[in-house]
Amino acid sequence: MAWDRNQMAARAALELEDGMYVNLGIGIPTLVANYVGDKDITLQSENGMLGMGPFPFEGEEDPDLINAGKQTITELPRTAYFDSATSFAMIRGGKIAAAILGGMEVSEEGDLANWMVPGKLVKGMGGAMDLVAGVGRVIVVMDHTSKHGDSKVLKACTLPLTGKGVVDRIITNLGVLDVVPGGLKIVECADGVTEAELRAATEATIVG
Amino acid sequence: MQKIYGSAAEALEGLLFDGMTIAAGGFGLCGIPELLIAAIRDAGTKNLTVASNNAGVDGFGLGQLLETRQVRKMISSYVGENAEFMRQYLSGELELEFNPQGTLAERMRAGGAGIPGFYTKTGVGTVIAEGKEHKDFNGQTYILETGLVMDLAIVKAWKADETGNLVFRKTSRNFNPPAATCGKVCVVEVEEIVPAGSLDPDHIHLPGIYVHRLIQGQHEKRIEQRTTRKRQEA
Repeated sequence: MAWDRNQMAARAALELEDGMYVNLGIGIPTLVANYVGDKDITLQSENGMLGMGPFPFEGEEDPDLINAGKQTITELPRTAYFDSATSFAMIRGGKIAAAILGGMEVSEEGDLANWMVPGKLVKGMGGAMDLVAGVGRVIVVMDHTSKHGDSKVLKACTLPLTGKGVVDRIITNLGVLDVVPGGLKIVECADGVTEAELRAATEATIVG
Repeated sequence: MQKIYGSAAEALEGLLFDGMTIAAGGFGLCGIPELLIAAIRDAGTKNLTVASNNAGVDGFGLGQLLETRQVRKMISSYVGENAEFMRQYLSGELELEFNPQGTLAERMRAGGAGIPGFYTKTGVGTVIAEGKEHKDFNGQTYILETGLVMDLAIVKAWKADETGNLVFRKTSRNFNPPAATCGKVCVVEVEEIVPAGSLDPDHIHLPGIYVHRLIQGQHEKRIEQRTTRKRQEA
């Protein structure tokens, strides 16, 4: 037993509080929007929008209105548009309370790798490096291990970094860990996962 | 002060030369200067260095200039949508400089604002920081990035008045204003040119001082990822 994608997204949504301005990455982080419930959250899309709405109804797609994943979306009564320099000014300037991002690897010092696999995947970092450097709190949502069973929660990342010492909290299919001095601290285990199982799947140092 | 031209080709007359640098607005295929890109393709200008957040898709947007091998170097943050790009890059035919998205936007803004360099936290401790000056401010480390000044900026806006004051629409604004400001010459394509005085001066997104040449045209405005929800889910 462990959390599935939707359960991880639902757990990540618990990190969000009323009044927050939040940036959600592509993949599982996008699903977090489905679980915010009645909380008053304003979603930022780094291509130049605050107050991102749901997908449009069929036939109402607008080519001038997309999110950072290039998907057609809608606006809300609170929506504001701005240019890319202004968008990253608010990101770099610490105005965005939190970013929930996907990850390939996270280290016990809070390093994040999520943009490049040398020789295989060379798509680019997009806005990820700016987000992890600038937002108030960085929460990474990812599978705890690779398809081959190797831990992705490591003593040191093997892939090129997106940011160094930037991650605050990791939410995986096996549980929740915080980056603290000296290593990672277990916050909770996923449903049906024991602490021993979580520790066994983690290469990084676990403290406390 | 006549800024309005009859076509993209006419608006680019005398501005294009081999080896030039170009800043292009747009994010994905949203808000790209599609008419000016097509005119540069037709002009056959070669060895271009293009600063643009993305590189279009195969056969549309900047992808067209890649197919014709007119681009020598791209400065971009994300190029994942373009198979021809990846092929040329991996085979060494095309040079690529990855910039974090916010760093690229700020390099354009800074270049256009007369700021030759700026310090940013973005990329510290990553490959992006290699070879760049590091400096501490208030106990935090930053790296030095340079402003971009390009030979030409190509930009798409929604409406312009006859003097080049621009209004953008929704998220198609994106990189267009910073790109516009960093060009030594800026050529803009819009969906509609309206008489001076018909845009509210308080609602101008980019003042006409940045706009040197202007065309009006029909835009395809292709959608890259068409995502919808069903009405009964509402």
